[in-house]
Amino acid sequence: MFVKSLIFTVFILLIDGIFSKSVELTFELPDSAEECFYQDIEKDTSASLEYQVITGGQYDVDVKIEGPNKQIIYQQQKMQYDSHQFTAQYTGVYKVCFSNEFSTFSHKLVYMELNVGPETPLPGVGDHATVLTQLETSAEEIHSALNRIIDHQTHHRLREAQGRKRAEDLNERVFWWSIGETLAIFCVTFAQVMILKNFFSDRPTIYK
Amino acid sequence: MFVKLATIIPLLLIIDVSWGLYFHIAEGERKCFIEEIPDDTTVLVNYKVELYDPRSGGFMPSSPGIGMHVEVREPNDRILLSRVYSSEGMISFTSTTPGEHVICMYSNSTSWFSGSQLRVHLDIQVGEHAVDYANVAQKDKLTELQLRIRQLLDQVYQITKEQSYQRHREERFRQTSESTNQRVLWWSLLQTGVLMGIGYWQMRHLKSFFEAKKLV
Repeated sequence: MFVKSLIFTVFILLIDGIFSKSVELTFELPDSAEECFYQDIEKDTSASLEYQVITGGQYDVDVKIEGPNKQIIYQQQKMQYDSHQFTAQYTGVYKVCFSNEFSTFSHKLVYMELNVGPETPLPGVGDHATVLTQLETSAEEIHSALNRIIDHQTHHRLREAQGRKRAEDLNERVFWWSIGETLAIFCVTFAQVMILKNFFSDRPTIYK
Repeated sequence: MFVKLATIIPLLLIIDVSWGLYFHIAEGERKCFIEEIPDDTTVLVNYKVELYDPRSGGFMPSSPGIGMHVEVREPNDRILLSRVYSSEGMISFTSTTPGEHVICMYSNSTSWFSGSQLRVHLDIQVGEHAVDYANVAQKDKLTELQLRIRQLLDQVYQITKEQSYQRHREERFRQTSESTNQRVLWWSLLQTGVLMGIGYWQMRHLKSFFEAKKLV
């Protein structure tokens, strides 16, 4: 009884220790603001952060990961996208901050993905210690391959969103710029004629 | 004694661990997250709110007084869901139109605890990640392998949906680019016309002016 429960505990602890937490968030970062997220991470768990600025300004953001003892694990300034993998040295609260403090007027859209620990195993799968059959192994392989595909797809989706947003921006800018320039041409034309006429008019003028 | 303790500890750990990411917001502050998803995709939002307790300097694990207003907007700005929930809850919705879904949350309390901080634990799972496989296995009485295959199938469906949505967006992207191209082309033609017309007018006007002034 005692041994059984001990084994159970150890097993649960193991499962618990490797319990995966993965969260993907896309959020708006207002101008000159800072957004922080906190995550409890167990010691010796590997974690990875991936982020990308989807739109706004120069597509850059300041990123910082801070450990429980306020030690800085990762710090980058004005990054467009990056990923960072680290292993937690201590158990505690890790802080991930995205800062837009250098930008006074452009608000941004930021995507981030925080993965902690390996993937949660399917219930029942991997509980028994028997060797996997060939079918199980291939299923496992397909699963990880599909996971990779989904990852790439996400990456591609974000890139596409970035490109699309920029194109929409460009379209609008071309529109306004053309209206502005047409107006400017008309103004310049009339001004030119007026000034030229002024040169040759009989009345004394300031241009002599 | 030890046996009991040994079974309690893991349970506590599980409860403790199952809450992942959290952030802080001020009372009444609005916080929005954007999920760009294909249609017919399930989104699962789990959240828990804790109120800052100035006396202990920590966060109260359960704050029955406060509620969260959750609002989900579809890409065409239609409100899919707008309700006040308790301080802890699980919301699930399935998208009908593909695009950017905005999930906003803010606390409903205003005057009572105004100015204090809230800690929000949040977990958003999309598509295949939102499926609780333990539940599926139990309900449909699946073996391990069947469950694995089910997961693979779900993943493939997810990828297919994303792929077709990708096509849809690519089309929009292309339309925007083509529109820009068209605009630039027509504008440059129009501009040339305007310039020529204006140049002609300037010449005519000045010529008649000089003639009237007897300068030529």
